[in-house]
Amino acid sequence: MAEAFVFYGLAALILGFAVLVISTRNTVHSVLYLVVNFLLVAMLYVMLGAEFLAAIQVLVYAGGIVVLYLFVVMLVNLKRPPETHQDPRRQTRLGLALAGAVLAELVAIIVYSSTGESVPAAAPAEAGMVEGNVEQIGMLLYTNYLIPFEVASVLLLVAMIGAIVLAKREL
Amino acid sequence: MVDTIVIPLLKIAILLNAVLVAVSYLVLLERKVIAFVQSRLGPMRVGPHGVLQPIADAVKLMTKEDITPARADRWVFTAAPIMVMVPALIVFAVIPFGPEVELFGRSVPLYITDINIGLLYIVSVASLGVYGIILGGWASNSKYPLLSSLRASAQLISYEVAVTMTLVSLVLMAGTLSMVGIVESQRDAGLWFVFAQPVAFAIFFIGGLAETNRAPFDMPEAEQELTGGFHTEYSGMRFALFFLAEYANMIVISSVATTLFLGGWLRPFPGVEGLAFLDLIPAWIWFVLKTFVFLYVFLWIRATLPRYRYDQLMRLGWKVLIPIAIGNVIVTGVAKVLL
Repeated sequence: MAEAFVFYGLAALILGFAVLVISTRNTVHSVLYLVVNFLLVAMLYVMLGAEFLAAIQVLVYAGGIVVLYLFVVMLVNLKRPPETHQDPRRQTRLGLALAGAVLAELVAIIVYSSTGESVPAAAPAEAGMVEGNVEQIGMLLYTNYLIPFEVASVLLLVAMIGAIVLAKREL
Repeated sequence: MVDTIVIPLLKIAILLNAVLVAVSYLVLLERKVIAFVQSRLGPMRVGPHGVLQPIADAVKLMTKEDITPARADRWVFTAAPIMVMVPALIVFAVIPFGPEVELFGRSVPLYITDINIGLLYIVSVASLGVYGIILGGWASNSKYPLLSSLRASAQLISYEVAVTMTLVSLVLMAGTLSMVGIVESQRDAGLWFVFAQPVAFAIFFIGGLAETNRAPFDMPEAEQELTGGFHTEYSGMRFALFFLAEYANMIVISSVATTLFLGGWLRPFPGVEGLAFLDLIPAWIWFVLKTFVFLYVFLWIRATLPRYRYDQLMRLGWKVLIPIAIGNVIVTGVAKVLL
């Protein structure tokens, strides 16, 4: 009961701040709401017993990535009015199409999860082997999820090399 | 009831007060140490040898006029000092000052909580402190604070990478992220980790100086270039919050360094039986003593070393400290597998 109360409270706050992020006119305020949003999501993780994930969420997203957003917002001049496109309703149509796609996806997930058999994401026996949150995630990452983990690291490496190539004209 | 609510609340209240008193006396200590280094006496007027100076400072700061610049972003300007102070204080939740002790017939641990991701909690909460600095500078709507806050945040982000890397090699040694667990693994090894990880210790200390914006990395507060730094437009108690947060962060870095590298509450040479008489001194006094040594070195460095140039600072962070820290992680990992 108490858990559901906290969950719905957090979820409402997260959605509320998400709306504020896209509706505020001031870009720095919008970035600030994004930080609050990430912190609330971290609280959701704590509630689910995933402390490691919560700490990483705060460290990487709230503490790292959004600071870079702030940098960009402060260094790039945003006072200039956005260029008006030929077709003023193009954005509206694109937005509607994207929103429709997300809605369809959500409905599909809800229908699938309420009717179909729920498949456990990982073998629970594996998780029982070691104690603690960090150890469990480490074990899973290096056994069941080794390939996605390696793919993600290669992706990051590619992004890093790409950034260096873009920043350095001649190597 | 008593164990789950009353005692933790009492501990939090005592710890918060102790930290704030320690912070205000650290300011006095800094003035005294620098004065002695420069053959002066420092504050002498308020109380014998100026020991009541922090109280006079507090009264002065609280009664000062609270100014908000006309074009400032009012909300962010008000929130920024709070955003600096809160992370600096809540980090103390996981710092172990001592093992469990018997108090009035109860077994009370001398830390507020021991979570299994303690070290990660410290790193992630500390990474939030940069917001107050960057937003304080931005919200003042003034050019020097903005420049300073950009410098400060670039510096913090750069050195955070190196410091976090040293923590990885330390966690490889200890095999746990819990702060209490790290101290206990040093006790079981009979060895302070500073002797096993001297490179990590050096990088952690240099990075700690940079992350607290202390000399020789006090670029963000370079008076000669920036008229004071990101808090130039702040006055009264709001300025005091920035100021206190900087000193609270010094205490945080010192106590984390003590816990990770100097064996926390353990006596010197915990593996040597012949020194067991040192255990007569309570564990928390050892902790406070070691932390105090770090704080003194902070002040000593401030009084001794000139400031880095900004490009030198960035070069040191990215091209020297980070490669060494990564190399240290690799060497530690290989040694851990082979031994």
